Amino acid sequence: MMHTASDTVMSDHTLSLIELTAFTADHCVKCNICTSACPFAKVTPLFPGPKVVGPQWQRLRDPDAPSPDHSLDYCSSCGICTLVCPHGVKVMEINTQAKAKLVETHGLSLRNWFLARNELWGRLGTPLAPLANFALRNRLVRWAAEKVIGVSRRAPMPGWAGYTFRGWWQRQLRDHPRPEPVSDADRVVYFHGCSTNTYEPHIGKLAVAILEHIGLHVEVPPQTCCGLPAQSNGDFPGARRYAQTNIERLADYARRGIPIVGTAASCMTAIKGDYQHVLGLDGAEARLVAAHTYDFMEFVWKLHQEGRLPTDFHPIHQELPYHAPCQLKAHGFGRPALDVLSLIPGLKLWEIDADCCGIAGTYGFKVEKREISEAVGWPIAQQVQEAGAEVVVCDTETCRWQIQALTGGTAIHPVVLLAEAYGLSVDDYRPPVRADKRRAPAPTGVW
Amino acid sequence: METTSVDVLVVGGGATGAAAAYDLARRGVRVLLVDQNDLTTGTSGRYHGLLHSGGRYVITDFDTAVECITENMILRRIAPFAIEDTGGLFVATSQDPDDFPARWAAACARAGIAAEALTPEQARALEPALTRDITAVYRVPDASCDSFDLNHGFITAARTYGGDAWIYQRVTGFLTDGDAVVGAELEDTRTGERRRVHAACVLNATGPWAGVVAGLVGLDVKIRLDRGSMVAMNIRWVNTIVNRLRPPSDGDILVPVGTVCVLGTTSIRTEDPADTHVDVSEVSTLLREADVVVPGIRHGRALRAWAGVRPLYEPPAELAQLESGHNVSRRFAVIDHTERDGLRGLVTVVGGKLTTCRLMAEQAVDVVCRQLGVAARCTTADEPLPVPETSPRHYHQLTHRVHRLEHGEMPGALICECEVVTRPQLEARIAAYGDQPVALDDLRRDLRLGMGPCQAGFCGYRAAGILHAAKGLSPGEATRALSAFVGERFRGVRPLLYGHQLRQFYLDELIYRRTLGLDALLALDQPQPEGVSDAGSEA
Ligand SMILES: Cc1cc2nc3c(=O)[nH]c(=O)nc-3n(C[C@H](O)[C@H](O)[C@H](O)COP(=O)(O)OP(=O)(O)OC[C@H]3O[C@@H](n4cnc5c(N)ncnc54)[C@H](O)[C@@H]3O)c2cc1C
Ligand code: SF4
Ligand code: SF4
Ligand code: SF4
Repeated sequence: MMHTASDTVMSDHTLSLIELTAFTADHCVKCNICTSACPFAKVTPLFPGPKVVGPQWQRLRDPDAPSPDHSLDYCSSCGICTLVCPHGVKVMEINTQAKAKLVETHGLSLRNWFLARNELWGRLGTPLAPLANFALRNRLVRWAAEKVIGVSRRAPMPGWAGYTFRGWWQRQLRDHPRPEPVSDADRVVYFHGCSTNTYEPHIGKLAVAILEHIGLHVEVPPQTCCGLPAQSNGDFPGARRYAQTNIERLADYARRGIPIVGTAASCMTAIKGDYQHVLGLDGAEARLVAAHTYDFMEFVWKLHQEGRLPTDFHPIHQELPYHAPCQLKAHGFGRPALDVLSLIPGLKLWEIDADCCGIAGTYGFKVEKREISEAVGWPIAQQVQEAGAEVVVCDTETCRWQIQALTGGTAIHPVVLLAEAYGLSVDDYRPPVRADKRRAPAPTGVW
Repeated sequence: METTSVDVLVVGGGATGAAAAYDLARRGVRVLLVDQNDLTTGTSGRYHGLLHSGGRYVITDFDTAVECITENMILRRIAPFAIEDTGGLFVATSQDPDDFPARWAAACARAGIAAEALTPEQARALEPALTRDITAVYRVPDASCDSFDLNHGFITAARTYGGDAWIYQRVTGFLTDGDAVVGAELEDTRTGERRRVHAACVLNATGPWAGVVAGLVGLDVKIRLDRGSMVAMNIRWVNTIVNRLRPPSDGDILVPVGTVCVLGTTSIRTEDPADTHVDVSEVSTLLREADVVVPGIRHGRALRAWAGVRPLYEPPAELAQLESGHNVSRRFAVIDHTERDGLRGLVTVVGGKLTTCRLMAEQAVDVVCRQLGVAARCTTADEPLPVPETSPRHYHQLTHRVHRLEHGEMPGALICECEVVTRPQLEARIAAYGDQPVALDDLRRDLRLGMGPCQAGFCGYRAAGILHAAKGLSPGEATRALSAFVGERFRGVRPLLYGHQLRQFYLDELIYRRTLGLDALLALDQPQPEGVSDAGSEA
């Protein structure tokens, strides 16, 4: 084992090999903690578990030989293993890099290529939304898609909104030009991700409304897919192209100390950690961007801790279950959504006791994995049904779709509740005009 | 007492003895080889794993260098199954004498060693782990060699020509008739059973024990014993052999062997051929030196440390003047005791390198054949060895085992997870021993059981259970088998009780001591007899 294909993309930053992901295999003491925590190994005999395909087999992989792996494909890259390993083995990252090698050896299947290009389908489907949505809801089409390319007909599918978040934002800027802020310290970059752009633009609108309500000047620079779907399907060249584009477009903001926030928790994990530890992009720019990137709720909670968050909340009298997506857990920052929403009078959230919903990005869309995916997510459905809840709160889109499919109910992003508590509506949205009496006190230094 | 008769008895199942048995058999001589242990458990099983290009000796010991490159090419041809063509690099840094590389390259040219100058960038493209501080670097035809596979190749080949090999048979004395050795007395080191072998000639190929064995008939063969230690790192930091380009000294070579990367070696004088302990200070030296060419490696995980003893032959007067074994000639000696001591029927071969084992065997066998009046000439360089039954184990093809398991060619429960050993493999191997006793350590040498990062922490008890069932062991026997195995594994970890391996050791200790109560179980049982098998094929 050594310098894997992905690790050799070291750029200006010189690492000793010991700092590379593959070498964290050295820390493994075989304790099996990861294996007993892996939600996928628990439900299928096809997957021998994180310890085996991770640190153990890493020693037996050869960068110059074809990939010997097979069962590795059943790892979802959910990241629970990395989170629980008490010795710092980057198990999920090792697995994901090994998947890239698997793809290098055997090629990318048409289906996986298709799933890795979420961004493209989002764009292509938008103008054809009614037709595209009809097709997605059509049993025959779904049946054909399962037979021909292997996308499970039971997998939850989003619907195209028919317009994009970016289009909406352009119109906002045209119709309601925002004044330039006094300093960069009042600026924030919003990273919407592909899903928000084409399937769920209302989440992006709510996010912008909240940020503007807080008194920040929002920028939405050009951006592309975070690259995670490509990455978890082992398409590293594709993932790196996406990642590089984002890094280039965000670096200047990061350099100016402007925070980059996003409502898609998994995209933010990719930018924060995977670019470096999985894709091996660890140039100074990538690191700088990572250091300035926040999950939306993490950012809001940070504002609160700094005393910058307005707390003029209307009460919401509800009790709702919350699911923390694995990609969010991977940030290692606790449950900021629970922290923030606990500020809202009357609102009670309880956390569902489940590791993962089973969708794991694109994993649960694959026909041969659909059953596994449902088995993994089943505890969520059970607990939600027992509680008689109809709405589940959850920070990532694919998880929400999966939860809807499993429970038959609705799943919402925490921004929906936050916006409601602030009394914000995005139908016919107008930015608040209070450049003079900004709620947030003048910032002290760079973020 | 059982008596056997052969033309030649070869004592010692290391590389030299095995190559000699093959050579004799090919020349039509009836040969029997014996070893007090399993094959390849002496120095040959504890060596660094390097099929030398000769580059290392080209300045200090030119003749050895020439022998190495010649034999290197021959072994690649006749035993490809045992060799991984990693290639080698000689790397000079700013810490090394700067006039050395040019002299060295010139000497390589004279010795016929193809040393290709690379730019530092080319070298790092080949091996990204290398330091940025490279002042000169050359590529040479070094390779990594599995001595276990090589030895089995020689023995399998010897058998196809009518020779034989017995293991766990120690020579305890010689049979003499006037001024001639006519055979030897053997003792089975596992059962204590004794037997005799009559032979027209005995070849003493016992490496570091050559002096002891010659002493059995009152001869004085002086061998300088030089202990060298090695440390195996958990993963292959480099896929090419990396040598320091400087006069030979401690810790100047990194060898990728199978799953690990072996750092070595040291050179410390010893008086005991079985002295295989490792000093903590040696471990520090090896890590520090390796870190100069591969920065960061000293923070990596060290799996296991072990030592071997070099049998260096030199006339006594010169020996005393030299401080360190690194400068003593690696050349070998073939001693015809007829000429030297007036004793016919005994030839001793000692010294050399594993790389030159075939050549040593050839020259020793020439002398033996002269005594026997056999005219046949050596032909061992002419033809490839048959692939031995236990090989190719493909251990150096890293992906091989995972690939087989993953593609259903090796079904069954994983017993040793680190080194990918399954239950059916273990059972088949145990069955292959027939009614011979089997130690878990034998299975380790055969299958690499327990040689991964946890050093038998998790597979030891599983394998003991399988052995217990397959061999119908009593609970006490099974407990002792397990205890002997993990005891030996932990011995190799002891000099490395820092960092990663300390954490592993502590977990392993909790498993065996606290959870399984192995010590308490042993105490319940009768005391353990002296173990004989302590060794072998370490990397
Ligand atoms: C630390 C170290 C690193 C080395 N690295 C390299 C390297 O990288 N490349 C290289 O080419 N060379 C290397 N060498 C040298 C090489 O390993 C030895 O020269 C070679 O293995 C010697 O083989 P042998 O068969 O002569 O001796 P051994 O392998 O020691 O064989 C002698 C055998 O005799 C048996 N025996 C002893 N007494 C009796 C008895 N009374 N009855 C029956 N059997 C008996 C022993 O059990 C043993 O198996 C290294 C040596 C050391 C110590
Ligand atoms: S990867 Fe971590 S959690 Fe898993 S077995 Fe190794 S040390 Fe334990
Ligand atoms: S990433 Fe998730 S599915 Fe893959 S091994 Fe780790 S815990 Fe299991
Ligand atoms: S989709 Fe959601 S909960 Fe599920 S695997 Fe990802 S992050 Fe985990």
